[in-house]
Amino acid sequence: MLFGRFRKPYRALVLAAIAVGLLSTGCGQQYVVLHPVGPVGEKELHLMELAALAMAIVIVIVFTLYFYAVIRFRDTPGNRAPYRPDWHTNKWLEVLWWVLPAALLTVIAIPTVQVTFELAHVPKAKDPVVIDVTSLTWKWLFEYPGQHIATVNYLEIPTNVPVLFELTADSPMNTLWIPQLGGMEYTMPNRVLPLWLQANKTGVYWGDSAQYSGVGFEKMFFKVKAVPMKDFDAWASQVHTTSTPMTLAVYHKLLRHDTMGKALYSRYPRDTFPTIASGFTLTGSGMYMTMNGQKGRIVYMPMSRSN
Amino acid sequence: MPSFLPYLYHTLFPPTVRYPDILLIDFGLIMAGIGLLGFMTKTRRWGWLWREWLTTVDHKKIAVMYLIAAIVMLFRGGIDAEMLRAQLALPTTKFMPAAQYDEVFTTHGTIMIFFMAMPFIFALFNAVVPLMIGARDVAFPRINAMSYWLFAFGAILFNISFVIGGSPNAGWTAYPPYTGLAFNPGPGENYYFLALIIAGMGTTMTGVNFLVTTVRMRAPGMTLMRMPMFVWSTMITSALILFAFPPLTVALAMSLFDRLFGSSFFTLTRGGMPMMYVNLFWLFGHPEVYILVIPLFGVFSEVVSTFSKKQLFGYPVMVVSMLAIMFLSYGTWVHHFFTMGAGPAVNAFFGLSTMLIAIPTGVKIFNWIFTMWGGRIQLTVAMLYQLAFIPTFVIGGASGVMLAVVPADYQFHNSYFLIAHFHNVIIGGTLFGLLSGLYYWWPKMFGMKLNERQGKVAFWLFFIGFWITFTPQYLLGLKGMTRRLYTYPIGMGWHELNVISTFGALIMGAAFVALVYNIVWSLLYGEKDLTGDPWNGRTLEWALPSPVPEYNFARIPVVHERDAWWAMKQRGQSLADLKPEDVRDVEMPRNTPIPFLLGASFFVVGFGMTFKFWPIAIMGFVGVILCILFSGFDYEDHHHLKADVIRSTEASLGRLQG
Ligand code: HEM
Ligand SMILES: [Cu+2]
Repeated sequence: MLFGRFRKPYRALVLAAIAVGLLSTGCGQQYVVLHPVGPVGEKELHLMELAALAMAIVIVIVFTLYFYAVIRFRDTPGNRAPYRPDWHTNKWLEVLWWVLPAALLTVIAIPTVQVTFELAHVPKAKDPVVIDVTSLTWKWLFEYPGQHIATVNYLEIPTNVPVLFELTADSPMNTLWIPQLGGMEYTMPNRVLPLWLQANKTGVYWGDSAQYSGVGFEKMFFKVKAVPMKDFDAWASQVHTTSTPMTLAVYHKLLRHDTMGKALYSRYPRDTFPTIASGFTLTGSGMYMTMNGQKGRIVYMPMSRSN
Repeated sequence: MPSFLPYLYHTLFPPTVRYPDILLIDFGLIMAGIGLLGFMTKTRRWGWLWREWLTTVDHKKIAVMYLIAAIVMLFRGGIDAEMLRAQLALPTTKFMPAAQYDEVFTTHGTIMIFFMAMPFIFALFNAVVPLMIGARDVAFPRINAMSYWLFAFGAILFNISFVIGGSPNAGWTAYPPYTGLAFNPGPGENYYFLALIIAGMGTTMTGVNFLVTTVRMRAPGMTLMRMPMFVWSTMITSALILFAFPPLTVALAMSLFDRLFGSSFFTLTRGGMPMMYVNLFWLFGHPEVYILVIPLFGVFSEVVSTFSKKQLFGYPVMVVSMLAIMFLSYGTWVHHFFTMGAGPAVNAFFGLSTMLIAIPTGVKIFNWIFTMWGGRIQLTVAMLYQLAFIPTFVIGGASGVMLAVVPADYQFHNSYFLIAHFHNVIIGGTLFGLLSGLYYWWPKMFGMKLNERQGKVAFWLFFIGFWITFTPQYLLGLKGMTRRLYTYPIGMGWHELNVISTFGALIMGAAFVALVYNIVWSLLYGEKDLTGDPWNGRTLEWALPSPVPEYNFARIPVVHERDAWWAMKQRGQSLADLKPEDVRDVEMPRNTPIPFLLGASFFVVGFGMTFKFWPIAIMGFVGVILCILFSGFDYEDHHHLKADVIRSTEASLGRLQG
């Protein structure tokens, strides 16, 4: 793949530059975007590095010309640089600076398109774990349809398996963002949007809403614990047997405009998550093709038919 | 006591407008208001205010009024910014409650974009465009005044919200369904929608006006390809405004309907489609960011060639690239919400279109550098802002390209990286450009120069303050800090960078103080501009005396080439060689109170609708209708300025021969 070929030479350079910058400020691990632990975040990081390198080239060229011009052509007495008040065109130069940015941007554009398409599909090899996410007013509700359990403001996921988040909102818009796993996606009322992420390392990460949704929204931070598959299964069945169930009454309590800590529920009412989704994404192709066999619960309809 | 009084009190003055700091400001405002009233009455200035300013249709005076409004709004928006930075300095700071923080970031963004940058740009349009093209006024002087008063009353409506009723709190983008009644019951969002609709009407009219002015009112001989670059940028900006503001108005009106009349365009319940709003908003929003920067591309083009004493390099390329930006900027709006699940094909398309628009934007940078190349660069304050702009804008553009990389944007979106990007382009491009234009054209507007030494102090404070404030924000984005957070947990490692950023904001605050000091000092003691051409300029406005007489040109000049005034000077010509018989009677627009009254009526409509006081809204609406009717049937809209008057004015300026 084209992207692979670009990778080697610039990586060392960029990493070195970033490393110098980060080490000088101490705790580099806190630059979460630069320390992804899964394939999605890694791919995104590689593109950032590529773009940063291309832009660094532009910046170096422009700055060199700029400083040269500013220093050489000052209006000081005795400046012997040539003064050409009517020089106003040069065909080759002008062609050059249309071509140069265009070329650099092409270098960025091709992998951008490739990765954009690539990340829109859950990898075919493994069945993903599905988590239905509903943003409520200043809290996150996570429902595990496969495990029949639900949590609030806390995620536990298996490592080395893609996790497919289905996102909706019973609140103003939010975005689900777990920076070390990868990029974010909006939760919107009356829509179900997909996002897949994966953790390849066990550990505890943090997630957040990146879209402002009211006075309590800064309390929407939550912990994400990534554990091996068998630990995940054990955790899920433990929650299923020991926690209290979420009834409709509990769900309605969650809808109140307030904040809360973490909570675990042994089961949840099925109709709290939309069964018919409409959306720009969910028409036909995309990540759901791989999902049909496994889930078959949500019926995805093209927008024109749903309203 | 009538029973509705407590109700009125609670509606107009809910607890959210009774924070201690707001009460203090209320007190200050009342005292200042009383002082001003007293002063105006004592010095008998009311008649003067009414005749010379409130009813004027002269583009040069409208420019001054826009400028005053813009600087006042820069102050208000700046105070908001300082408050935000104070709150964010440390994770433990309790500078203000969360609800107030939300209001402050909303008013900060809205004011800076709609009530600071836009009027400042229109101040420059009004101040120089008619002069540059050799015209006596804009195409529709009365509409020009209406635009101003719609803007001004929109701004007043928006600004009283924090004193009466409570400020909007949904961000400058006002995404539903958060703006819906279910989440936002107060009057704040009504203020936002109504103020922007009213000011937006004014803006749209300004767009029409300057489009027609630049197309139709140019002096004989000034072909399109001989127009100064600032005039090109005005024309292109006006066209952008014309097509960008309608979607905004529609989006705002639909949101308002949801709130006032129970419709469900964007609500959470009953099948509302919030994403439709987001599309409409950014269909306006992306062209808007270019509306905010293209005029300044024009300013920089004028400034760089004047202070390099050299022709603009690659004029045709500049024009082509601006036209390219104009068309392309309608095709990139989805990059503001790549993460709303539009699917890979749509996202890839808009990622590519966004990268495409970066090319013509980048090309201009080379043109400015090569304008300096082979020139003689004079480091005036106006030129310093231009020199600061180039590197700042290049870095802002580079981070913009990083945001256009779709998968990367999944990580950057709504983080402080995004915040740093757009401040990088908006401060580096728009604000620096506005200040450059201010220092450049100040002598033309007011007849004296702004003190250069003080100006340099303000410049360095702005420039250094800017980088100290916003460099840490790029890093904060990489550390996962998201925008519009009122406070953040300890232990994320965000506080060092936030402290630095807050420190930078203080420096920018000092820069603003230095700027105002510079302006006031120069108004009192500034060096008078007696020549009318203090910078050895190149375009026609410098052929006129400063300040410019009411009728601008006693005789309309004939243009033979680009940089018309420069060429005239090369040939030893000037416009000060008028013969008495050259001067004819001039038809000038007549002052009128209608624009002011129209704006005031719209204010009443807006205020009434904000609080659902329907009788008041209807009264205002009747006022609007009356103003329009009177204006339509007012045939006495111009008067003749006698040739004798012009002759004696010109003679007193020493510009008349024989
Ligand atoms: C090289 C050219 C540019 C590119 C490639 C670019 C790209 C972008 C992208 C992709 C975003 C959306 C990021 C996100 O929300 O995740 C964005 C946001 C923004 N840009 Fe730019 N940009 C450029 C120039 C400009 C200019 C010239 C201005 C204004 C003078 C500007 C102002 C803004 C603003 C205000 C936002 C954020 C609005 C908000 O969400 O509140 N950009 N830019
Ligand atoms: Cu944009």
